[in-house]
Amino acid sequence: MTSPPLLEVRELNVHHGQLQALHAVSLAVPAGGVHAMIGANGAGKSTLLRTIAGLHQPTTGSILLEGEDVTRLRPERRVAAGIAMVPEGRRLFASLTVEENLQVGLTSARKGPWNLAAVYDLFGWMRDRRAQRAGQLSGGEQQAVAIGRAIVANPRVLLLDELSLGLAPVVVRRIYDLLPRLLDSGVTVLLVEQDVSQAMKVADHVYCLLEGRITLQGRPLELTFEQIERAYFGISSSRNLPAGPPAQAETGAGGNQASGAGTWSG
Amino acid sequence: MVWVSAIVQGILVGGLFALFACGLSLMFGVMNVINLAHGDLAVIAAYLALGAVTVTHVPAIWSFVIVVPIFAGGGYLLQRTLLQAALNRSVLTTLLVTFGLSVVIENGLQQFFSANSRALNIGNLITESFSIGSQITIAYLDLGILVVAVVVLLGLQFFLSSSRHGRLIRAVADDREAAQIAGVSYRHVFGIAAAIAFGTVALAGIAFGMYQQFDPTIGTDQLLLFAFEAVVVGGLGSLWGTLAGGVLLGVAQQLGAVYNAADQMLAGQLFFLLVLLIRPSGIFGRKETA
Repeated sequence: MTSPPLLEVRELNVHHGQLQALHAVSLAVPAGGVHAMIGANGAGKSTLLRTIAGLHQPTTGSILLEGEDVTRLRPERRVAAGIAMVPEGRRLFASLTVEENLQVGLTSARKGPWNLAAVYDLFGWMRDRRAQRAGQLSGGEQQAVAIGRAIVANPRVLLLDELSLGLAPVVVRRIYDLLPRLLDSGVTVLLVEQDVSQAMKVADHVYCLLEGRITLQGRPLELTFEQIERAYFGISSSRNLPAGPPAQAETGAGGNQASGAGTWSG
Repeated sequence: MVWVSAIVQGILVGGLFALFACGLSLMFGVMNVINLAHGDLAVIAAYLALGAVTVTHVPAIWSFVIVVPIFAGGGYLLQRTLLQAALNRSVLTTLLVTFGLSVVIENGLQQFFSANSRALNIGNLITESFSIGSQITIAYLDLGILVVAVVVLLGLQFFLSSSRHGRLIRAVADDREAAQIAGVSYRHVFGIAAAIAFGTVALAGIAFGMYQQFDPTIGTDQLLLFAFEAVVVGGLGSLWGTLAGGVLLGVAQQLGAVYNAADQMLAGQLFFLLVLLIRPSGIFGRKETA
């Protein structure tokens, strides 16, 4: 039998109170590479990432890391097992210095290539400003510290939740340009990205979520524009017409309604 | 001259208030627990010190060596069990739980120790003093308590800013969820913060037991109120603010006592209300931010 995938999610159902956020989501992430989750606002991307990190308990289903069930582990135990997350909105400890933020990330760290010095080498500016309070940094700098705080734990899986949120495009590009350096150290990246074109550019494998279900997955180059558009916005089965001019018009109308339309064109 | 003397006495007693207040401030600042049993815990510490003196015959002044570790350990356990269980429900639940705890402690103490007033016997130290000029008399005990308070606050400040656990306490106070995904067991960190808070309240309780007579009800009647007032006057989240709050409260009380001995409490309370009115975030408190 082949070895289990690095990260496996089985039949995950997650509820926010009365509302079901994820419906029987399953996925298997092999070791290595960038795996991206795309989908409109409220599709359940962040919920899936937060559940993998341990911040939400699933109603049913399980999460396995190299075949080991981690579903009942607390978030801090999952960090020790090898799952670290850069949360949406960065969530630095604002009253702590840059260095102290990184040191907190060492609390449950595994052995590996990453430590404070390696992070300072990755982000050249950080060493000189390590005594500065994190709350005084710019958004892009905070994002870098948030990545550093997660990576010093030497995770096997690094979860990146909406890296580009609220950042200028040039800053976003600079941060994404670092991904290869993270991958070279043996980290597998699972990220959530609202900017579809960005996700398609960096990912080896994409998953599309729609209303809490995975509607499409595959390698970006093998997926057609129409497939993604349909999986992203969803279309009713009664109007499941073959590809052609009518379907074009229909997806166009869907694009106008959906909140993700702007990011799609960008 | 009588005013100057009152101010000096106020500063001296302010150290004790600050010692009471810092644990309350820490528990609120780190875990959002408003510990309504804080004053009663101080009274338990005083009774425990009394018991330790009776059993082991250590001088009362050294009883803290026994009582503070017991309190720190008890604080950790209480936080990990009862208080954490309350926190998992809601912040309001912790308020109700600590209120309940306060009632239980008070009645328990009445049951075991009766309602009679007790005091920690520290021999001649209670009366020994030195004079500055002809009007100002400073008791060694009062000065000692102020020094202990300043040393404890300095130590706490150093611990929070420089130690690994202090750093984790600040991180958890900033963002509990972010601390979790950074690999921090916030429950354990809460336990450590509670252990420190309980340790300081034990010191305060013992100091109070030497300073004046205590009985089971004095915890909620006076101590909790003083601690709250010192915290609010000084401003939350600042240890030096807490010291300043304690000192200002002490001075206000002593000045009130100069006017009329019966107005001591009233003066403290009026001063507290005045601060609330003029500067609700406290004198050294951070301005309200979203």
